[in-house]
Amino acid sequence: MLEGFLNQFWPATVDGLSLGAIYALVALGYTMVYGVLRLINFAHSEVFMVGTVAALFTLTTIGVPDQLGGVALIGMLLLLAVVAIVASGVTAVGLEYIAYRPLRKRGGSRLAALISAIGASLFLQQLFALIVIPQLFQLPQQGGRLPVQAPPWVRRSDVVTLGDFAVRNDKLLVLVAAVLMMVALDQFVNRTNLGRGIRATAQSPENAVLMGVNIDRIITATFAIGGAMAGVAGALYLMRFEETNYFVGFLLGIKAFTAAVLGGIGNLRGALVGGLVLGLIEMYGSAFFGSEWQHVVAFVVLVLVLMFRPTGILGESLQQARA
Amino acid sequence: MRHSSIVRVGVALAASSLVLAACGGGGEETGGAPGGGASEAAATVKIGVLGDLTGENSGIVIPLRNAAQLAFEEYNATNPTTKIEMVEYDSQGVPEQATALAQQAINTDKIVGLVGPAFSGESRQVGPILEEAKIPSVSASATNPGLAQNGWKFWHRIVGNDLSQGGAVAEYMTRALGTKNAFVIHDNQEYSKGVADVVAKTLKENGVTVQTDVIDPQGSDYASTVNKVKAAAPDAIFYGGYYAQAGRLLKQLRDGGEKAQFLSGDGSLDKGLAKGAGGNNADGAIVSCPCLIDPTGKAGPASKKLADAYKAKFNTGTAIYSGEGYDAATAFIEAIKAGKTDTESINEYFKTIDVPGVTKQIKFAENGEPAASDVYVYLFKGDSYSLLGDAKEATKPA
Repeated sequence: MLEGFLNQFWPATVDGLSLGAIYALVALGYTMVYGVLRLINFAHSEVFMVGTVAALFTLTTIGVPDQLGGVALIGMLLLLAVVAIVASGVTAVGLEYIAYRPLRKRGGSRLAALISAIGASLFLQQLFALIVIPQLFQLPQQGGRLPVQAPPWVRRSDVVTLGDFAVRNDKLLVLVAAVLMMVALDQFVNRTNLGRGIRATAQSPENAVLMGVNIDRIITATFAIGGAMAGVAGALYLMRFEETNYFVGFLLGIKAFTAAVLGGIGNLRGALVGGLVLGLIEMYGSAFFGSEWQHVVAFVVLVLVLMFRPTGILGESLQQARA
Repeated sequence: MRHSSIVRVGVALAASSLVLAACGGGGEETGGAPGGGASEAAATVKIGVLGDLTGENSGIVIPLRNAAQLAFEEYNATNPTTKIEMVEYDSQGVPEQATALAQQAINTDKIVGLVGPAFSGESRQVGPILEEAKIPSVSASATNPGLAQNGWKFWHRIVGNDLSQGGAVAEYMTRALGTKNAFVIHDNQEYSKGVADVVAKTLKENGVTVQTDVIDPQGSDYASTVNKVKAAAPDAIFYGGYYAQAGRLLKQLRDGGEKAQFLSGDGSLDKGLAKGAGGNNADGAIVSCPCLIDPTGKAGPASKKLADAYKAKFNTGTAIYSGEGYDAATAFIEAIKAGKTDTESINEYFKTIDVPGVTKQIKFAENGEPAASDVYVYLFKGDSYSLLGDAKEATKPA
């Protein structure tokens, strides 16, 4: 067992970071919305799914004659990310307008919003399975419940090789892209006016209003940013796995939510830490105990962390983040 | 996972109520017929087909549904005294959904027999319900060995079980492929674990080094499994499971630079394996099946005849379990030809049935297993696969 673990230590580290990076990007959407609204947006997993579908549709529409590597790969990834950001951002904002805002305006409880989130999640899944995916990819006969594959468009090669330590280009790209997005977002929230508004609303909506913050605008922006991050995650996912399906967000969404809680929900840097830690734990756990223990190990660690640090690893929340 | 089952039950309820509504309309029609003109219309009995018709692994079930439909239509075209109406039940492979549909089939639609359930997991759930209602069933594709050990009197299958399949493919791996070091993976579902365990056990008995791992069928990242396989450096990999996951796994193995021979069982015998694996990753993959897909009539003229009729009707070639689906339907047709139109007499008839089918002699052992069955191996190339031969005789592909 230990020998197996040591053999797989380096590959597991690389895979854990690359998996964790996608968790972290999706976790941002949960954590930002929670920070501002104290709402767990369960439909966020479908926002991610929309991102993967949008990226895949773009890819099949453009058509890739050959597998891409190097600069061409990065360029195509950027293009897919832009499309996915728009699609996911619009979906997230649409959710807020249709599923949450009307409840808030009528003074609905947080529980009502939570149920609305679950309903929206199911609605989007089935909408994509029954209509959107079959229509977009012309699959009327097989329907939209089967995975849809992209043409193989990524030429995978090792960019770094040191003994048994090798890093593949797509895995490295996922990690680098995710960290860049995180840093950019962190700077945005800490340095811009809109970012200040988000932090103010997270701290105290009433006082933020008194200080002249337009809360509705802030909430819309929060959903848009969270959605955009999920869109980037969707494009990265498509590069890594070259397929998607209507249910793709489900398990990943749960994991991303777990990552958000692990890092400290409401805390942006916590999402990054939580995502990467969760990814590593899963891969190390699988290497040590076998892949069937992946989820068990992840959740045992979550429970242990929460026992000793109930607010997550970084604890501090969005409202208290210093400018 | 808890969330998942709630979601699925919810979907199952919604779907079954839809179907209920739809069939409620149809039921009235047939209910009205005897009052109007029972004497002129031929009597009609209903035979159900239950399985995953639109879900992720529907590619395995649609061919047997089509073949059963073909068999019933051919029979009805002969203007028999008792016609057969086929009723479809789409379980999406989800056991909870299958039980709801079985109740509906028994109580609302009053079926006299069932072709299915298609998968082993749903068979285990639906079996007791059919047993209690005394509805004879013939599955063309549920291969879990445990199904025959429940003492069910109304359950039958026309396909060899995973014990015979797992044993045969393991023998093939050592005999024809010369496997010394194998890696066996499954997704922990009822069928998958069953067949993978038999393969692993048989390989070990033949002196092969075996390592194992398990993947999550709902997961998409199999990196940890790929790392384990690479660390073990096997010369053959066997995957027990269905094609959607098999394709995904094979893709990630090949993307990760793992080149060992890939094998799988009947759950992966679908073009979806090649599609999911992407590019030419599936080329050379070998998949075993207790089923016979033989469009050129290599094994006998009956399979060619079925393939031609199937092609004419559905504009696509015969695929996995189409022959067995045809034979399962034939079993019911023979019973009804013999004048057995209620559930118990059909079941009595199955005890003595002994007619030639497309894939094998249609004859059941006392526990419901087919009296004889062979395991065949198939080779993937491009986006399709072809028959290599009987696993007992087939050689290593060039």
